[in-house]
Amino acid sequence: MKTYKLTIAVSGLNAIDSPGPGIGVIRSLRDCPEFDLRIIGLSYEALEPGVYMHDVVDKSYQIPYPSSGSTELLNRLQYIHKKESLNAIIPTFDAELGNFIKLEPILKQMGVASFLPSTEQLIGLDKMHLHEFAKEYNFKVPNTKFIDDPSQVESLKNDFDFPMVVKGKYYEAYIAKNNSEIEKHFHQLSAKWGLPVVIQEFITGTEIVIAGLGDGKGQLMGAIPLRKLYITDKGKGWSGVVLEDEVLIELTKKFVKDSKWKGGFEIEIMRTDKGEFYIMEMNPRFPAWVYTTAAAGQNLPAAMIKLAMGQSVAPFEAYEAGKMFVRYSWDLITDISEFQQITTTGEL
Amino acid sequence: MVLKKSIAVSESGFIFNPTTGDSYTVNQVAAEILELLKESRSLEEVKKEILKNYEVDEKSLTEDLSDFYAHLQQLDLAINENV
Repeated sequence: MKTYKLTIAVSGLNAIDSPGPGIGVIRSLRDCPEFDLRIIGLSYEALEPGVYMHDVVDKSYQIPYPSSGSTELLNRLQYIHKKESLNAIIPTFDAELGNFIKLEPILKQMGVASFLPSTEQLIGLDKMHLHEFAKEYNFKVPNTKFIDDPSQVESLKNDFDFPMVVKGKYYEAYIAKNNSEIEKHFHQLSAKWGLPVVIQEFITGTEIVIAGLGDGKGQLMGAIPLRKLYITDKGKGWSGVVLEDEVLIELTKKFVKDSKWKGGFEIEIMRTDKGEFYIMEMNPRFPAWVYTTAAAGQNLPAAMIKLAMGQSVAPFEAYEAGKMFVRYSWDLITDISEFQQITTTGEL
Repeated sequence: MVLKKSIAVSESGFIFNPTTGDSYTVNQVAAEILELLKESRSLEEVKKEILKNYEVDEKSLTEDLSDFYAHLQQLDLAINENV
């Protein structure tokens, strides 16, 4: 029975070949039988497919790019709130989280709930700091070093064997088989993403991802581990299957207990042939495949909204292994008038 | 030899390992053997059952079963209780 009338704004409507999590989050919320929803889409670009998916998103508003800062974002959110009376906001992009975290207390005063980590948590578990967290709390992560200058490449052989992984500060990673390849990737990545460039030990094994929700007090509210079965050339999962593995769940429980993470997240794990689990990366928001969590019996986005609205929520205990997702592409037909409207008015 | 508890086997011979996400397909005879393993039947009992239903000499069956069991262990689908 629908008992809870809510207007929720969600970003990440770019359901493209490297999809944002917004559509998966909205589908999960719409699956919750207690919610009577009006969904407001927050988009950055006029061609984000979610803007045109009217059965998924009721109305969309463009918002300023994260680089514009939190004041411009607040102005826009105040305008949207005045028109829509928002109850909650779910930001789903890594790059926008900093601004939303900064605005969380103001949004709360406006009556708009959110469920986000602190800035310290966000920074403490990012690509540049995860290894420090892992060392403090005894998690396995690949051996990691940071270099600011190509002259440091020569000395890497003291700490690493080839191949090595060369990663950009924010995105992109390459595998290097020798020093000249490291140098080449160093120049590419530093030009694109700035310094330092991350050097990591190359770990082989099975890639597993875990979507989870932390309550901010150290309790894991739910977690679904998944193995990607088909990965695109952009490294995105195009299908995946839910796994049953108590060790992974225990690892995720410890991760949330130690980090006291608040909100949705995704952990990328490598399981080696020896059965060791390395945390490769932590993403500070739900993944694009999050609807699979609802399908497997743990509707994490809906649970997060209930927590944000101050409801008491019991942690999920079980889920159904073997649930699969298969992503597909679909040509949505719209009209130039809709494109014109979102482009000129910033609303559709 | 015992099939791991979590391993799912369908009648059509589709095997799913929910711990690793790996899946396999096997032929009808192998599916029957897996069903027997699920019921914790001994090697001798499995042999007897297959010899009853199929035209095969015992020596070949013993060799094939040994290969099949080794394969199941290698894929982490079954454990040898005698070890």
